[in-house]
Amino acid sequence: MTDRSSEKPLDHFVSQEPFDPYSIETMTPEQERFFMASQWKMMWWKLLRHKLAVVSGVILLVLYTSILISEFLAPYELNFRDRRSIFAPPQAVHLFHEGKFIGPFVYGFDQKLNLETLQREYTPNPEKVYRLRFFCRGDEYKFWGQIEGSFHLVCPAKGGTFYLLGTDRLGRDMLSRIIYGTRISLTVGLVGITISFLLGIVLGGLAGYYGGWVDSLVQRTIEIIRSFPELPLWMALSAALPVTWSPILIYFGITIILGLIDWTGLARAVRSKLLALREEDFATAAVLLGASPRRVIGRHLLPSFMSHLIASATLSIPSMILGETALSFLGLGLRPPITSWGVLLNEAQNINVVALHPWLMIPVIPVIITVLALNFFGDGLRDAADPYK
Amino acid sequence: MFNYLIQRLLIMIPTLLVISMLVFIIIQLPPGDFLSNRLAELQSQGDSAATERIEFLRAQYGLDRPFLEQYAIWLGVWPGPDGFSGMLQGDMGYSFEFDLPVTDVVGDRIWLSVIVSFATIIFTWLVSFPIGVYSATHQYSWGDHSLTFIGFLGLATPNFLLALVLLYLANVWFGTEIGGLMDDQYLDQPWSFGKLVSVLEHLWVPVVVIGTSGTAGMIRRLRANLLDELQKQYVTTGRAKGLGRFRLLMKYPLRMSLNPFIADIGNLLPQVVSGAAIVSVVLSLPTTGPMLLQALESQDQFLAGSFLMGLALLTVIGMFLSDVALAFLDPRIRLGASGTR
Repeated sequence: MTDRSSEKPLDHFVSQEPFDPYSIETMTPEQERFFMASQWKMMWWKLLRHKLAVVSGVILLVLYTSILISEFLAPYELNFRDRRSIFAPPQAVHLFHEGKFIGPFVYGFDQKLNLETLQREYTPNPEKVYRLRFFCRGDEYKFWGQIEGSFHLVCPAKGGTFYLLGTDRLGRDMLSRIIYGTRISLTVGLVGITISFLLGIVLGGLAGYYGGWVDSLVQRTIEIIRSFPELPLWMALSAALPVTWSPILIYFGITIILGLIDWTGLARAVRSKLLALREEDFATAAVLLGASPRRVIGRHLLPSFMSHLIASATLSIPSMILGETALSFLGLGLRPPITSWGVLLNEAQNINVVALHPWLMIPVIPVIITVLALNFFGDGLRDAADPYK
Repeated sequence: MFNYLIQRLLIMIPTLLVISMLVFIIIQLPPGDFLSNRLAELQSQGDSAATERIEFLRAQYGLDRPFLEQYAIWLGVWPGPDGFSGMLQGDMGYSFEFDLPVTDVVGDRIWLSVIVSFATIIFTWLVSFPIGVYSATHQYSWGDHSLTFIGFLGLATPNFLLALVLLYLANVWFGTEIGGLMDDQYLDQPWSFGKLVSVLEHLWVPVVVIGTSGTAGMIRRLRANLLDELQKQYVTTGRAKGLGRFRLLMKYPLRMSLNPFIADIGNLLPQVVSGAAIVSVVLSLPTTGPMLLQALESQDQFLAGSFLMGLALLTVIGMFLSDVALAFLDPRIRLGASGTR
């Protein structure tokens, strides 16, 4: 104990060199990419992990891309009428005729009027083989109402017919009309959500940031609008649109009505987030540095929960699409010549349709797919919006 | 509790006032009105006395007065041509289309709407409660996924189409007419036991159809709440102390997660009333929906206004009841309301 000098000195020393943490554990480029990723990048990765959301996202992408080229995708023009094929049932696509492969084709119909029921009856005629043509010239159309064209993805055989989803009471091809309807139905939701998004951010932002009487006023307004049943209110407002308006004006009128009532949920979300965030240090710092309220909200507060907002906006598009469908079904929404899925479903209003021409209800399938896809995609977005969790 | 009730009741008054204002503005919004349309129609038929008759009606119902005065008369706070007779006095005005007082036209309809809405909410609860509990306790199981998917499908299918298909299927399978809310023989009859049974027989179709859209949301919320609760420490403690799984679930987490279940009536009710409006058009139920549509289209303003007001009143009262039930269940709410403000 007393003689220290006989003990060995400790064999470790402290280096005077500055410490470089990476000298011990260097990050592989992969790790670096992962740890240094920006917030948006992390959200993207998290979204990719949500399989259902990815599938839904792809479906939505396809649908929204299709509205750019509806004219090209639809085999017939929107207002094409075939007087010989009224209420024709769907024609199935075949590949083999009498055991021989001849590529995709449909059988033509023999039509006769049943004099007892006064219904047209169609029977497939195996004699008439109509081979489908692809990337072909067919009905003339005006691309987005501007450029003339006649190029289609698929056309019926010359002199033949191709009604994959049947025809309606005027002999118009359902498939083409559904494809054209996609353009209207999907954009109604987008325009509507833009309006409600703007309203929600501005009003929710004001309420959350200023508090006090502004907050109470906005809160009461929200409560009153929420306590109103949506559909009757929509019905009343769209009944108020003058009949003399052009279809385009009606379209915008309807979207504005849909947006005007829908903003409350978003405004509430913005408000509660702002209430929490405005107490944060970075917000106080911005105020002390002399930033105007608009800058504090727009530059510092909004970006920190923008992702949440986008997610909840996605989740409220379906209600708009369903709302438009319901209104048009009742005849209070969009009117022909504008074609949306709801306008198409307007034809399927009574029980006879279900019994005699069930294919007139097909437009409901894209409605269901879109609404489901938007819901799942919105769910995925919402989970991804908080990538650090 | 008493204070909270009073406070909650008082809030309803300004809410209803603003709603009545909105309703009145909305029904006045369309250009033209029923009487001018009728006048043009009568004149085109060569009815020379039409102008005087319409002018008489206009004066009779105060339609020649300024907007705010009309509103005040309609509300019943300003003397009209017959003195005070507005909604506050129970006079809903006159339906020009039916040539009857609105009260007579409306008749049972509001009550039938209430019955349908109420039954739908009960249905939503009955269906979503077991499914939500199952989904939460068997998270990510096969059953959870498929039940959730069915719920979503109900959410995504437009009500009116479902109604049509059910109408058709019931016709094919059971051979019954399920349109309407009662057998024809009971129409315009006073309430009796037979009528009640008949109504119940017809009620299930609209209830199922309207209920599908709300059920999905309810299931998801109950599932999310219950999952949150199940992760908490007290559940582990309870299990560690030997409490049975079922008993534990019933005793604590389920009760905690029921709270939003009742709070949600506020969200559910407007949705149900909305759904009922369109479904009843398809099923031609003698509720408010079809007649509201008709009144809106023909600009029969007092009738449309009464329906809108009635539906809004229905939701406001429903929300009040749900708040009261919630305050009853959750002391934090009833104490918080008077404590912090």
